[in-house]
Amino acid sequence: MTVEDIFAKLTSLLPDSGLELLSNAPEAIIVVPRDTIREVSLTLRDDTDFGFQSMTCLTGIERGGGLEVAYSLFSNKLKKHINLKVKVSYEDANIPTVADIWRTADWHEREAFDMFGFTFVGHPDHRRMLCPDDWEGHPLRKDYQPPLFFHDIPVTVNVPGGTASPAVRPGA
Amino acid sequence: MGIIEGRYGPNVVITSLDKVFNWSRSRSLWPITFGLACCAIEMMATSASRFDLDRLGIFFRPTPRQSDVMLVSGTVTVKMAERIKRLYDQMPEPKYVISMGSCANSGGPYWEYGYHVVKGVDLIIPVDIYVPGCPPRPEALIDGFMQLREKIMAGTMAKKGLNV
Repeated sequence: MTVEDIFAKLTSLLPDSGLELLSNAPEAIIVVPRDTIREVSLTLRDDTDFGFQSMTCLTGIERGGGLEVAYSLFSNKLKKHINLKVKVSYEDANIPTVADIWRTADWHEREAFDMFGFTFVGHPDHRRMLCPDDWEGHPLRKDYQPPLFFHDIPVTVNVPGGTASPAVRPGA
Repeated sequence: MGIIEGRYGPNVVITSLDKVFNWSRSRSLWPITFGLACCAIEMMATSASRFDLDRLGIFFRPTPRQSDVMLVSGTVTVKMAERIKRLYDQMPEPKYVISMGSCANSGGPYWEYGYHVVKGVDLIIPVDIYVPGCPPRPEALIDGFMQLREKIMAGTMAKKGLNV
């Protein structure tokens, strides 16, 4: 079963889901509107012809003009990987969570939130994954500027305005 | 170090005591057990049987309160920096810091674009010895300990800090 076959079967099962096939990529990608991502995910996981029971990766991408979330799924039944993609705008980066569909997505969505600033609606534990809890901004955004200091710890030293000097032994 | 620090000149008692104190301090350097990144693998190799730090009186202690040396082995992230500073503050005097590898020395490959990396651990705690390398070989780390020994042997109670 190729991606095209999966796409055809998916559109016949869910005719209103608004799926799109992006076939100019090295491997075809199914672009899903964010409103139907849960419906499509559940069908891919639970339909006996698909059996995409494991998620291998969920990652955020920033392309010019918008943000994307890519879902990589694997089916033991078909022995096949497929990739889904959800596109959102900067202003409205809300996506329904799939953390309850694949447990892998739990931490991966937290990381995507941490690095890109998506909001995964309905996520059970929507906190930062890697950065400190009170970090500001989302570092993998292209317009991100690192802070000069974080809790008095110098972060940026080699830019104009970045100043730092070595710590001194008390009494030395 | 201690209450007699800076109160007496370098007389025969002080200098003799210095030799005893410095000898005992430099011959039982106990680092705190913690590693940050790939340098920690070399640190573990250095303390294991092939390079055998134990023969030099250097073995790792599980708590900062029993440690003399902090071996900063790896990339110091901003998130970790606060923990490092807290561990350093928990260590009793006299305490020494060895910065191991390029990341701990200067930020290493994260020097320009690492939004999450402190550009050198000496920005948060005072460093005595810098060991260059990415990561340093165990021989280099042992040499760092030997340099620290020399530095401690040159210290004196009559003056504050390490007199090097």
